[in-house]
Amino acid sequence: MKTYDRLIFELSVPGRTGVALPSLTGKKHPLRELGGLLRATAPALPEVSELDVVRHYTNLSQKNFGVETGFYPLGSCTMKYNPKINDEIAGMPAFNQLHPLQPAAQIQGVLKIYHELQGMLSEISGLAEFSLNPYAGAQGELTGLMIMKAYHEDKGDFKRKKVIVPDAAHGTNPASAALCGFDIVEIPSTAQGFVDLDELKAVLSDEIAGMMLTNPNTLGMFDRNILEITKLVHAAGGLMYYDGANLNAILGQCRPGDLGFDIMHINLHKTFSTPHGGGGPGSGPVGVRKGLEAFLPNPQVKKDGPDYYVEKGADAIGSVSGFFGNFKVWLRAYVYCLTLGKEHLKDVGRFATINANYVRVALKDDYRLPIDSFAMHECVFDGLVDQSTGVTTLDVAKRLLDYGFHAPTIYFPLLFHQSIMIEPTETESMQTLDEFIAIMKKVADEAKTDPDLLKRAPTTTPVTRIDEVYAAKKMILTFQDFIAENGR
Amino acid sequence: MFKYFPHTESDLAAMRAKIGIAADQDMFVDIPEAVRMKKDYKLPAALSEIEIRAKLSEIAAMNRPAIVFSGLGAYDHYDPSVIGALLSRQEFLTSYTPYQPEIAQGTLSYIFEYQSMVTMLTGMDVSNASMYDGPTAAAEACFMAMSMTKRNKILVSAAVNPNIAEVVLTYAHFRGLEVAFIPVAEGETSLPDLKNLLDETVAGVIVQKPNYFGIVESFDGVSEAIHQNGSVMIESCDISTLAVLKTPADDGADIACGDCQSLGMPLAFGGPYLGYLATKKPHVRRMPGRIVGQSFDRNGKRAFVLTLQAREQHIRREKANSNICSNQSLMALYATIYLSLMGPDGIKRVNELSYQNAHKLYDLLIATGKFTPVFKKPFLKEFVLHTSLDQTLIRQALADHGYFGAVSLADYDDSYRDVVNFAVTEKRTQEEIERFAAVVGGL
Amino acid sequence: MNKVLDGILYNPTHEWAQIHDGVATFGITAFAASQLGTVVFVDLPAVGAKLVQNKEFGAVESVKAASDLIAPLSGTVVEVNDDLVGDPEAINKDAFSAWMIKVKMTAPAELNALLTPDQYRAVSK
Repeated sequence: MKTYDRLIFELSVPGRTGVALPSLTGKKHPLRELGGLLRATAPALPEVSELDVVRHYTNLSQKNFGVETGFYPLGSCTMKYNPKINDEIAGMPAFNQLHPLQPAAQIQGVLKIYHELQGMLSEISGLAEFSLNPYAGAQGELTGLMIMKAYHEDKGDFKRKKVIVPDAAHGTNPASAALCGFDIVEIPSTAQGFVDLDELKAVLSDEIAGMMLTNPNTLGMFDRNILEITKLVHAAGGLMYYDGANLNAILGQCRPGDLGFDIMHINLHKTFSTPHGGGGPGSGPVGVRKGLEAFLPNPQVKKDGPDYYVEKGADAIGSVSGFFGNFKVWLRAYVYCLTLGKEHLKDVGRFATINANYVRVALKDDYRLPIDSFAMHECVFDGLVDQSTGVTTLDVAKRLLDYGFHAPTIYFPLLFHQSIMIEPTETESMQTLDEFIAIMKKVADEAKTDPDLLKRAPTTTPVTRIDEVYAAKKMILTFQDFIAENGR
Repeated sequence: MFKYFPHTESDLAAMRAKIGIAADQDMFVDIPEAVRMKKDYKLPAALSEIEIRAKLSEIAAMNRPAIVFSGLGAYDHYDPSVIGALLSRQEFLTSYTPYQPEIAQGTLSYIFEYQSMVTMLTGMDVSNASMYDGPTAAAEACFMAMSMTKRNKILVSAAVNPNIAEVVLTYAHFRGLEVAFIPVAEGETSLPDLKNLLDETVAGVIVQKPNYFGIVESFDGVSEAIHQNGSVMIESCDISTLAVLKTPADDGADIACGDCQSLGMPLAFGGPYLGYLATKKPHVRRMPGRIVGQSFDRNGKRAFVLTLQAREQHIRREKANSNICSNQSLMALYATIYLSLMGPDGIKRVNELSYQNAHKLYDLLIATGKFTPVFKKPFLKEFVLHTSLDQTLIRQALADHGYFGAVSLADYDDSYRDVVNFAVTEKRTQEEIERFAAVVGGL
Repeated sequence: MNKVLDGILYNPTHEWAQIHDGVATFGITAFAASQLGTVVFVDLPAVGAKLVQNKEFGAVESVKAASDLIAPLSGTVVEVNDDLVGDPEAINKDAFSAWMIKVKMTAPAELNALLTPDQYRAVSK
């Protein structure tokens, strides 16, 4: 399987097909009536049998590493176990067959789920109301910032065109703010990645619309000045935006709304265990404190007595999605909430945090720990303690692949040059962590005794290290490009 | 104990000892005392799997899935059984963005295949790895046009589906982009009005095929007018129909975008679907989102990798083309498998059957005498008709018989309050079509 | 690789400018090239474009980074090194030969704002 390296186009044999479709019913209304509106030649799609397709994609799947393959400590991504019951429910025909424009009376079940889930997320966040429409965390950020802008403009305040983003923030924060038409005011963080209060005070003015913040921050540490920060920004007339990427850490410990945040998004594909799907679909519900609900995007789902209905709010920012977002993703999150309930959701942050600190303490003799204090859900090292061998964080990451682990997040946060960011999540056992720690220590040893071994790694994977410069220079981005470059 | 948490009391004790804490709360000292949670969440009690199944079955029963005879951006096409089975493989389902390409060749390979298929269908040179949906793809296409032309205004054909236009308006408003609508004449984008509206501030023009009324516009003279003005032509298309219709490249478009839901994706109450975005090679660096390229590994073996990442938010931050990060990767796999199964003949047949079925329904409805044509223009699988019937009655009768259709266009424009939408795909049987027509015809 | 050439002037943002008869030639420094890694793409303005000192005039891109090019001086572009667009890696081979554009200066007084080789050496340490 490991050596399999075909593309579906390379299996194509003219005349084969992977589907059986009904026959045309007669000669009436042939498509060729469209005449000059039709394309001249058919697209060069592959011609393959059903088994060809099944075997090809099964083979491709086996070149992938998933959460069920092994430990996936990818920092900032919260790669926890994705429960099977969530998938089972999301596959129910009664959900799959609903058209999003069906009248409310025919879709009471899904509207009930929407309404109940937004209520649960509000309770977990300490906010008033959520929209489940945003498709992913980044779109949640954009939606939240639109709400921030709409709030100020609604008050007739049009001079607040700046958003404060700490330099340690996720890259999506400044990108979302720019997309929303804000100017970004970047403030330097302290050495621990915390907000520098003096720097913050220096930039606050009546031109500030608000501030975006991740807490715990991108180093996995909780900013103890948080109440001071939210107070300062509010005093200057700004709103606080909570980037919920690291929400997993504080489940059961505190709520963003209580910390003084006004708007936030949640990455359901992180904290609420929906599968990442190789990069999506995710879901990025956006929540707001009381007073901002009217700005939430359309369509809005409301409840009147026992009945749920869909509404277009007059004060809404507009729409950020064709329909109701990634329904089958937020449906999974709903099932996850019901499964954990009040008894277990509160333990998520605690177990995630104990796991991260366990790894932090165990590895600090072998990997540089730039800040030696408690981590929350993830811990960040700055490369190997022994930097004399020339072995980099990249080499360590690649060697881990040979040992059957997914690599941690590397070279983020940017505060350090050799960042290794490890997020074990609450679903991993002490035994798994012990195995990981032992291998991390072994790799640190190998770096001293045989650095070349790490430079060559990985060697046991379907492919070895890839020439990224070739990819960027040649820009072979389709099979047609590949044929043009290499012939058939 | 709880099934998703493996922490036994003895594990926890050992871990606390190693960390050097007496109690778990010692790790949370940085959270100010005043805001620490002291009470449980006000949430329902945990449910067992047995209870979950029962509860969700009960909720599911509150829905009324119907035999679908409308579209407006979500079409009830056939979804081959193979796709669901392959998508549920955990290696595809539970993996993250392919940041470690050595152990993500599965994802990277199918994205490369997906990009190839999107360019085959659109006639464009390059495609990104996916967008959230058709409407957001159109909004991002506007930002591309803005960046390509350094101009600040977008013209949107009034024949574009309002659910696309609304997202474009929202994104544009907050970015400070001006939007104006091009009037419709006889159900098509009016060329004289387009020409009148084009000026040196126009970055891009969005048109749609088949359009909101189901009409397959020919776009004669459209790209010429747009390009003469130095503007960018953005064409939003139902990608399934591009297997048979002239491609956006044939129409002279610079950017093609739209939804891939029509590639057999379950209606699923609106998502997850999949947006596509494709363009000509010179504009590749203006594209948002991820792109996969081919390269080689150290042993000279063909390999795939994320490329041109310097455009993206994690490197470019506020100067990035877009903030998009998570996309709809698994749905790109859906589209890729669907198109592999179909092949050129299968996807053509889907369109032929949809065409035949839609025209059969059209004829039957006209024959009832209760519907009249709004436009006399070519359509493929979707169309609109005038009706003199009380629409509440129609929809009630349809619901009683388990159908969904005849969606009103009143929200689009009050002058369309007597106009209703129909869409018919290859999934509808002849009996379903005949019974549907009989139900509304009998009113 | 971290060499600084004498006889030319520098931007703190790592562009160099060589002045000859009122025409300035721009490029990026060897230090900048080594920080970027292999350059895979260069985006340059067209002939006739008007540049403003300290404003961006283009971009360079490597596999893992992208950087705006900041104009050391104001002026009008009179020549563009098209060869470089086809072979951006030339910047890594010899950043000081890999010139990007030639600009007819419109505000020679701006020269005073640029760094001398010694000043730039201190910046790029």
